Amino acid sequence: MHGLINKAIQSFVCNTYGKSRWIRVTEAAHLGFVEFEAMLVYDDEASRRVLDELCDELGRPKREVLEDLGTYLVSNPNTEALRRLLRFGGVSYVEFLHSLDDLPDRARLAVSDLVLPQLELTEAAGGRFTLACHGGLPGFSYVLLGVLRAMADDYGALVMLEHAGEVGECEMIEITLIETDFAEGRIFELGARAR
Amino acid sequence: MTDKDNLARLLEKLCPMFVLLDATGRITDVGPTLQKLRPEMAMVGSGFLEVFELLRPRSVATIQAIATSGAKLHLRFRDNPRTALKGVVVPLPADEGAVINLSFGISILDAVRDYALTSADFSGTDLAIELLYLVEAKSAAMEASRTLNLRLQGAMIAAEEQAYTDTLTGLKNRRAMDHILARLTNSVTPFSLMHLDLDYFKSVNDTLGHAAGDHVLQQVARIMVEETRGDDTVARIGGDEFILVFNHLQDKEKLESIARRLIDRLEEPIPFNGEQCQISASIGIVLSTQFAAPEASKLIHAADLALYSAKRKGRATYRFYNRNLTLPVATGEDPASPGKAGGDNSEVIEQGRAPGADTGQERHRAARRPV
Repeated sequence: MHGLINKAIQSFVCNTYGKSRWIRVTEAAHLGFVEFEAMLVYDDEASRRVLDELCDELGRPKREVLEDLGTYLVSNPNTEALRRLLRFGGVSYVEFLHSLDDLPDRARLAVSDLVLPQLELTEAAGGRFTLACHGGLPGFSYVLLGVLRAMADDYGALVMLEHAGEVGECEMIEITLIETDFAEGRIFELGARAR
Repeated sequence: MTDKDNLARLLEKLCPMFVLLDATGRITDVGPTLQKLRPEMAMVGSGFLEVFELLRPRSVATIQAIATSGAKLHLRFRDNPRTALKGVVVPLPADEGAVINLSFGISILDAVRDYALTSADFSGTDLAIELLYLVEAKSAAMEASRTLNLRLQGAMIAAEEQAYTDTLTGLKNRRAMDHILARLTNSVTPFSLMHLDLDYFKSVNDTLGHAAGDHVLQQVARIMVEETRGDDTVARIGGDEFILVFNHLQDKEKLESIARRLIDRLEEPIPFNGEQCQISASIGIVLSTQFAAPEASKLIHAADLALYSAKRKGRATYRFYNRNLTLPVATGEDPASPGKAGGDNSEVIEQGRAPGADTGQERHRAARRPV
């Protein structure tokens, strides 16, 4: 699994639960090191063990942990760069949702060996959307659920999100947009310095 | 005029940084994004070249000439911030003026900051947003790569410091030799040790250059590996200094024949880029059994004394250590490398040994030393 994903998990655990718990997790997972490198690629098995041990350590189900990871990625100042990149997707939450189809391509444009699952948004009447998250990265839909929730806050939109299980090899997310301009949202300036 | 108004409404959507000119080069309409760059300025009614400075094409003076040339325009605002713009100009039919479509080009990064532009300021097909996205994504990725590079560089330096191999020759280095000697002296294994110093090596370096010197050292290393057994140790401990350790070997005759063969082979000219590099070697030999309690530093010192003796005997030869060997001159040399520091003393030069081959470095060293 790409180092960026592993590093995201590491950043989430260290900043939310503390470095000592992260070190415990890496030891329990027999990782042999403590720091993931964002620009290297790691064995999928190592990432899986880290996640399993993390859930053990926290005593929480994997889906909850993954959703929190997604929320963290958008809302924590440490990962502001990622929030900004997502905000380039559109000026409104709906535009952002539509931009998700391009997300794997956008990711690959930035980091050529970062492969994310294909995403497919379908829009139904009454502000209802279904997002199909194709296979390849088990649990990614839960991370995405957290990302979508945090991005709704970011845009100031009021939405209801629900994981709708699996259809074939796709993991489905249902999105109901209740109000586009519910709250102020966070400022996004095109020209803000990246750091 | 209604045609022109309709055109303006159309252009607002398609290219929000358009300028409409009349036949005299006055601005009759501008796109909303262009106006946003100068909210206070009354662009409409001004002459195009009063607002913008034309950088290219340089030779054209009037807007009419530019319109018919169809050239790509490079412009900037005459007032601050003097944002650079690119443009294309298309003449309107029936000499009614021209349309100029402007864009930021590479100045886009500064422009979005200077003018607080948003997605809505660009046309839907403009790649500006994608470009900005890419710049940020690439900077973030580059930053991550830079962090990794710094870390790898640190790891590389640490690894080099801990390395046991001499990178030029592939032989063991001084660190490795120290470890091996420490292990041997702590065990009861008898062994012998040769300190080999190349003769005339520096003149190869001086006359043929460092590449030749490096090549010679690599060939020397190859010869030494070939002339020793697999479990012997060959280490390069200085520029042209080597230590060879022979496990379980105490037979003086065998050691003599090894030393002789080494010197003979090292004296064979080594070709390099059409030149012949000619060197030799002096060797000092000591047996671990010559000491009741062999210590690494004692053994190396003893081998050094034998090496001096070989050098004094005219180089290109070997000598065994014996208790009567002493340093001819008391020196305060570096105990880690006494051989090099005192290897050539004035006696060698006084004997008139191959003065042409005596290297500057060696002479310098001898001159430094009180006689």
